[in-house]
Amino acid sequence: MDTAAPRPKENQGQPLPRVDARLKVTGQAHYPADLPTANIAYGALATSSIAKGKVAKLNLDDARAVPGLLDIVTYGDMDTVEKPKFGNSGATSIGPLHDRTIFHDGQIIALAVAETFEAAEEAAQLIRAEYDAETPTASFDSPGAATIPAAGKSPLFKEDVKAGDFDAAYREAAVKIDVRYSTPTQHHNPIELFSTTAFWEGDQLIVHEPSQNVTGWKVELARQLKIDPAKVRIVSPFIGGAFGSKGPMTPRTAIVAVAARRLGRPVRCVTSRMQAFGTQTYRAETRHRIRIGAGKDGRITAFAHEGWEVTSRPDSYVVGGTSATGRMYAYGSVLTHVSLVQADRNTPGYMRSPPETPYVYALENAMDEMAVALGMDPVEFRRINEPKTEPIGKKPFSSRSLIQCYDQAAEAFGWAKRDPKVGAMRDGDWLVGMGCATAIYPTAVAPCAARVRLTVDGDVRLQCGSHEIGTGVRTVAGQMASERLGVSIDRISVEMGDSSLPPAPVSGGSISTASVCSAVLKACDAIRAKLYAGATAEGGPLAGSHNEELDLADGKIVAKGGASAKVEDVLKTMQVGAIEEYAEFAPKGATPEALKKLYAGMPEFHGGEQDEDSVKYAFGAEFVEVRINRYTREIRVPRIVGAFAAGRIMNTRTARSQLMGGMIWGIGQALHEATEVDSRYARYVNRDLQDYLVPVNADIKDLQVILVPEVDHAVNPAGVKGLGELGNVGTAAAVASAVYHATGKRIRDLPIRIEQLLA
Amino acid sequence: MRPFVYEQPTDISAAVAIASRFTTEDDQPTRANVQFIAGGTNLADYMKLGVAEPNRLVDLNRLKDPGLRQIRVTDDGIRFGALVRMGEAADHAELKRGYPVIADSLRLAASGQIRNMASLAGNVLQRTRCEYFRETSWHCNKRVPGSGCAAMEGFNRQHAVLGGSDACIATYHGDFAQALIALDAVVRAEGSRGARKIPLAKLHRQPRDTPEIETDLAADEIITAIEVPAVPWARRSLYLKIRDRESYAFALASAAVALDLDGDNVREARIALGGVATVPWRAKAAEEALQGKTLDEVSAGAAADAAFAGAEPRQHNAFKIELGKRTLVRALLETRDMKV
Ligand SMILES: Cc1cc2nc3c(=O)[nH]c(=O)nc-3n(C[C@H](O)[C@H](O)[C@H](O)COP(=O)(O)OP(=O)(O)OC[C@H]3O[C@@H](n4cnc5c(N)ncnc54)[C@H](O)[C@@H]3O)c2cc1C
Ligand code: SF4
Repeated sequence: MDTAAPRPKENQGQPLPRVDARLKVTGQAHYPADLPTANIAYGALATSSIAKGKVAKLNLDDARAVPGLLDIVTYGDMDTVEKPKFGNSGATSIGPLHDRTIFHDGQIIALAVAETFEAAEEAAQLIRAEYDAETPTASFDSPGAATIPAAGKSPLFKEDVKAGDFDAAYREAAVKIDVRYSTPTQHHNPIELFSTTAFWEGDQLIVHEPSQNVTGWKVELARQLKIDPAKVRIVSPFIGGAFGSKGPMTPRTAIVAVAARRLGRPVRCVTSRMQAFGTQTYRAETRHRIRIGAGKDGRITAFAHEGWEVTSRPDSYVVGGTSATGRMYAYGSVLTHVSLVQADRNTPGYMRSPPETPYVYALENAMDEMAVALGMDPVEFRRINEPKTEPIGKKPFSSRSLIQCYDQAAEAFGWAKRDPKVGAMRDGDWLVGMGCATAIYPTAVAPCAARVRLTVDGDVRLQCGSHEIGTGVRTVAGQMASERLGVSIDRISVEMGDSSLPPAPVSGGSISTASVCSAVLKACDAIRAKLYAGATAEGGPLAGSHNEELDLADGKIVAKGGASAKVEDVLKTMQVGAIEEYAEFAPKGATPEALKKLYAGMPEFHGGEQDEDSVKYAFGAEFVEVRINRYTREIRVPRIVGAFAAGRIMNTRTARSQLMGGMIWGIGQALHEATEVDSRYARYVNRDLQDYLVPVNADIKDLQVILVPEVDHAVNPAGVKGLGELGNVGTAAAVASAVYHATGKRIRDLPIRIEQLLA
Repeated sequence: MRPFVYEQPTDISAAVAIASRFTTEDDQPTRANVQFIAGGTNLADYMKLGVAEPNRLVDLNRLKDPGLRQIRVTDDGIRFGALVRMGEAADHAELKRGYPVIADSLRLAASGQIRNMASLAGNVLQRTRCEYFRETSWHCNKRVPGSGCAAMEGFNRQHAVLGGSDACIATYHGDFAQALIALDAVVRAEGSRGARKIPLAKLHRQPRDTPEIETDLAADEIITAIEVPAVPWARRSLYLKIRDRESYAFALASAAVALDLDGDNVREARIALGGVATVPWRAKAAEEALQGKTLDEVSAGAAADAAFAGAEPRQHNAFKIELGKRTLVRALLETRDMKV
């Protein structure tokens, strides 16, 4: 065991290495755009250079003259297919080639297809548009921005939560703050570029594209192309980073499919990193106003959180993180309101913990400010406000180990050695600051199907249409089968990322491990039941034993008394070569439609705040040390410690890796990441990794992840809480808190940069 | 990217001959039909983006002259061959000891992979990273003369506060050139009109009303070497680079400082600033302010004020004036305190 493979504690699984680790580090993992495809033609996108108006004229002559050019798909060519739909599987309702209206910067205006990638790129660059341009609205303060209430605008955000009489409580509070925060536009920028490869075999369409939602895409793409979903197959065996960006399908997919149909040969289009800023989704900028009132004893009597989020003109994308922030602590009263601000921008989309990242940043920064106002230690302040039930629906938490997380992280970090006085800690020319914040992420789960086959040779084949987006879901699904069937992991093959497999929900909302493992568990238990029946049947090797007394280990069925039978022999007596089970898992509280909706690519999510019995969240606490140079004010993060509790940990190695990645991202959100929008033109300016900064190795020094044991049987049969999106929640607030401690400057607008600390 | 002809001459005169055949005297090296390529880390990038559109490339990497790939350190100074890779120079033991400002400036630049590809001459000649220059749909006077400057009223956090004009405020983003200026380096160039020496401080041109003219070089001139004299202030020198992240980022502000001290008294000071100016910026006024003075926080502060006296801020880059001053103060004090 080492740092990367933490020793499992109670209710934690073995740190097995990833089953696909070797493939990945030796370059043998084939990502969708690497999958060998014969006779391929290459597509390159041409995109708009204005954000609002109409394409008056498109000059294609120069592009057509490029040697090797095969086709240009543009206005008119998509008329026979349906426009995209905005929703779970669709990134936007804008059908860029369905009409000449430009809704945002970087909108697709044509796809050039050629014999080579270079020719396609050259042709795409030579496509010249003439526009009837109008002045666009860039963001919050721009003329023309329209503000509307968010509640009810999205199925994911039904209402503004509230409890008690905030106004009265705030008025009477002994200590109060009223503060505003903001977070910037951010783009995912996974290392794997976005791509679509499409080809037709007769009337069957096959699409290779990195996807977090192969089933949803199959159905949505079939709808757009007006064909039977059974004729569409989405293949996405490996995904080189997703973070939500590959959850909803973008309009490009159908355009490339149409190009492939016109040409009668495969077409591959890999978008450039610059083009991804306009053709994919992103995390929109947000603003927040938080008011907190408390008694002198530190008990919060009043909490109000107002949020504003940018979205596109046609689509109401809402994150609405107030449903989590409104339930975080034992507030006496709660008032929340979320607004959408419509601008001439592409439609935003999911990015790792979409609601919590911005909203909890604001809440936790405010908690730190409140602790200062109360003259109280920030950890103590949270302890005092630890709730028994959540304040909105007064439901219990299915489990909540926040204080354990704080205690363990504080201990490991050495919080006791912090001098609470602002600016009191120094190391030569460096000001030292220490801060902390809470991480929270709702624990959801969705229906999922899986097929598991155990053969007489002792091999297991596991199939599930989930997605390996880097989280290690292949490994943990295999591990679940390994544990339940008593078969070592190297005898298990796991197939994922293909819409022809049993359907799984979109890999979003940190539901995959819980949903997939619950389905695998069900399939494995069905296999166990058959094996036990065979073993205990009259004349069977364990005849007379009861199922409860049996277990599976090392290829054997073992009875309590010590008697055992080889699985192979049991199968032989049963006269079968393999047992295969197809299991469909539906969470508690699922509607009668739940499984039908899974197959239709619209899985129901359960858990989080929605269940009747309890609210379900995973929690964590993060502690950060910053150093800020006395003269030049650059900010460095030498240390970060996070402790997290998330029910059963399937695999401590992959869990740690997710949380570590999240914390690193959190540091990036605190200090680096921002897409700059040129407010005159509503256009993105820093559209590449030169100027869109994320942390590099040198920025991350001592990083510690603590996995706090927690048992929760209420969340799902696997007992697993998703943690893929937990690690980056709260980090930015912890950094802001540390910056304040070092300098006395409260930075409320992310990212925190040198210029904010110079004055 | 457009198709282009790719040539690999083996001697300098052949390379010059190809360049002069396809260019005229008025052609700017960065806009000419034929351009030299060394590591390609800057030029190939801009060709892919459609910013540079030569239809012929002359690859310098096959040139036979061994001097092009050598670092020679003698009592008179250093001679860098133009094709020496940044990584090699950054790791050079004698440079680290005798000319720390040079080694620092290279070590703190780009990434390990890029330093292994990129040549020293290419580094000195690297073009701006102005976001509006890099993407061809914006108006940019440097890319398309007379088309306007989108950065002037746009997002200009990275842009220069020194040496700008109404036409262009693009920052010179390199690091190495500042170190070279601080040590009075010269470049050697060969073209169809013969060989010549150009002081590094005179190589780059401020934008004025012709931002498309970036250097003093002719389109058929090849830099063959960079020479650094053994000046008394070389040993006590350093390069301080302040940036948004710890590594792999361009400077928001940087200072190359070289001092010849008598106790704490300044006999000679050389200061060049990066990240804040349109060209590698020699801060003469700051040097003069320090001449003969005791170097302390007060005199360093006065020098920094002098260095930025003519600075012109824009909407997002005004902080660079304060940051640039503090960077210089810190660099001066750290250089003073160096053990040499
Ligand atoms: C992501 C990234 C980060 C970077 N960060 C930094 C940084 O922090 N600091 C820094 O200083 N630099 C940085 N750079 C720039 C990098 O150092 C330069 O790209 C590199 O030094 C250029 O050298 P090259 O040999 O690759 O030049 P090329 O790309 O081959 O050429 C650049 C230019 O010089 C001309 N040229 C090259 N050699 C000669 C010659 N001998 N005679 C005449 N003309 C010639 C070419 O025609 C071309 O115009 C970064 C680059 C990248 C891509
Ligand atoms: S600053 Fe210079 S390089 Fe940048 S857009 Fe303006 S003219 Fe072009």
